[in-house]
Amino acid sequence: MNGLLKDIRIGWFLAIRQVRRSSKWTTSLIVFVMVLTFLNLVVVSGILVGLIQGVSNAVRDKYIGDVMISPLLEKDYIEHSVDVLSFVRSMPAVEAATPRVRKGVVLEANYQTRAFDEKPNTAAGQLVGVDLDSERVVTNLSENVIEGSFLEPGDYDQVVLGHYLIDRYLPIESPAFTTLKSVYPGTKIRMRIGDTVREVTVKGIIKTKVDEVSLSVFMLDSQARALAGRDVDNVSEISLKLKDGEYAEAVRDEILLHGFGEYARVQTFDEATPKFVKDMIATFNLLGAGFSSIGLVVASITIFIVIFINALTRRKFIGILKGIGIDGHAIEIAYVFQSIFYAAVGSAVGLVLVYAVLVPLFLAHPIDFPFSDGILVAPLDETLFRVLLLVVTTLIAGFIPAWMIVRKNTLDSILGRN
Amino acid sequence: MIETRNLVKTFVNGDIITPVLKGVDFKAEAGEFIAIMGRSGAGKSTFLYQMSLLDEPTEGEIIIDGRVAHTMTEAEKADFRLVKFGYVFQDYALLPELTALENVLVPLMMMDYEHGHNLEVARIALERVNLGGKLDSLPSRLSGGEQQRVSIARAIADKPAILFADEPTANLDRESSDQVMDLFLELHEAGQTIIMVTHEEEYARLADRVVRFDDGKIVTAEHQGHEKKGTHRRRQHENTH
Repeated sequence: MNGLLKDIRIGWFLAIRQVRRSSKWTTSLIVFVMVLTFLNLVVVSGILVGLIQGVSNAVRDKYIGDVMISPLLEKDYIEHSVDVLSFVRSMPAVEAATPRVRKGVVLEANYQTRAFDEKPNTAAGQLVGVDLDSERVVTNLSENVIEGSFLEPGDYDQVVLGHYLIDRYLPIESPAFTTLKSVYPGTKIRMRIGDTVREVTVKGIIKTKVDEVSLSVFMLDSQARALAGRDVDNVSEISLKLKDGEYAEAVRDEILLHGFGEYARVQTFDEATPKFVKDMIATFNLLGAGFSSIGLVVASITIFIVIFINALTRRKFIGILKGIGIDGHAIEIAYVFQSIFYAAVGSAVGLVLVYAVLVPLFLAHPIDFPFSDGILVAPLDETLFRVLLLVVTTLIAGFIPAWMIVRKNTLDSILGRN
Repeated sequence: MIETRNLVKTFVNGDIITPVLKGVDFKAEAGEFIAIMGRSGAGKSTFLYQMSLLDEPTEGEIIIDGRVAHTMTEAEKADFRLVKFGYVFQDYALLPELTALENVLVPLMMMDYEHGHNLEVARIALERVNLGGKLDSLPSRLSGGEQQRVSIARAIADKPAILFADEPTANLDRESSDQVMDLFLELHEAGQTIIMVTHEEEYARLADRVVRFDDGKIVTAEHQGHEKKGTHRRRQHENTH
């Protein structure tokens, strides 16, 4: 033990001086390589996961909220909606709760100019009746209007269309998926809900990366209920936005504790997230882990080469140290300390870059993928685990070449003989 | 104190077998200053490396203070080199990123002394070689002669039983070489055993004994009169004035 402590002390003594007095350029270059390696480890997988996290965030922000209350599986609507809504709105953890009425709808455009033998220009969507005040707090959909404007109180027979219903935003030629042509704000279209047909005016077009929104036809809730044949006590869903720091699970449990589970399903965002999204997140996490592993291998090879070249060029001095009686372990430890130094400094610079620059940058300017606003996902615990992995890998990669050089014949090392 | 019996060293490189030492019998007593001479390739440096346990002989025995040394484990040899031997190499062999003081300090750190004691010992050793004012200088800031004196300070700091020197003046100018040899003489006068390989006849004459190698064997071993020791310093003194 005493010998090991002595070796560590001498190893530290040598390592500190080797790092401090080596060429600044060389040290900077090695640290730069380590920073790139760290970024490769964290950012590549972080963007992959962030791509799907972007989808998930958008679904939470623009549709589900933190907690979603939906009808029981055998029901078409939430029973006793008024009671449910009144209760959740009274909960201290809930910032806002927005009820929606949903009903399948077929839209038809250009019916006034269509020739008798011409195929009708139709598209299928979901009529969504929204409460403007609470919807603004929960999803703030009005910020996503790309043409015209969003609904306002008193907008009679006016709708806002999701952009997937318009052909210029989704140029797909598929018999199974039709879109409306030549529809702009101000255009009149027909809406068919069951046997009811209503002519409405398009007030605006809304664009998000959430399919549930992009395929919706938004209308004031009172009119939507009338068209769908519903009243205030049987809405289709209620989305809840919680105050900062509140837990969705606790809110869900409290709602269920008050017996509302008899009338509705209460799910947290994670529970309500569609399975395919969860599967995609898991898949991309796996891909990210794969890329990280490759990054780790690259990191270990990089540090191995760096330390190997360093040890090889200093082979003579290693021989001298051994020659004058320094324990080989102390020399190996010196190189291990150097490796840890490079990994630690590289990781520290990388951490600052990730959390002070890249994460805020990607949040402010997400990558505009067709189906997602990609962000950089770098949970601190996972990142720190990767730092630990990097340091341990580097430690091993630094030790091996030092060990290889140290075990060579002392005199051969001193004289530079092979 | 140190003895070799029928020491043989043969280098094998593929099919090429090169015998360098061909059965060397040698003995040095404590306090002796021995110069080993010979033409290049005669085997003098190889002999020094075997004796100083930096290399392993092919055959024969090395006995140091009555102990068979060549069969020791690598760790025992390292310990022996640390405690019993001091080395002065032709090219100084200093660690470039360590200051003069740190270079002397490193082997002392392997001992079980306190750090403060080690620092003091290193400082005294450097002062003894007249480098007390350059403790914090890196080797790159020192002249060749100064670097060699740091190397000597490192070798003698812990008072080794034997000081091995492999052509210590080969890379130095005349003045620096003289300073190094003066140091060796001082050390020897203080009782230090020194075994030095050299090409310089003049410096070899300062030793108690000159052992001449040729073709892997000792051909002559001349004892010299002690009166010769003062010659070098006298000449240096005369040159200075």
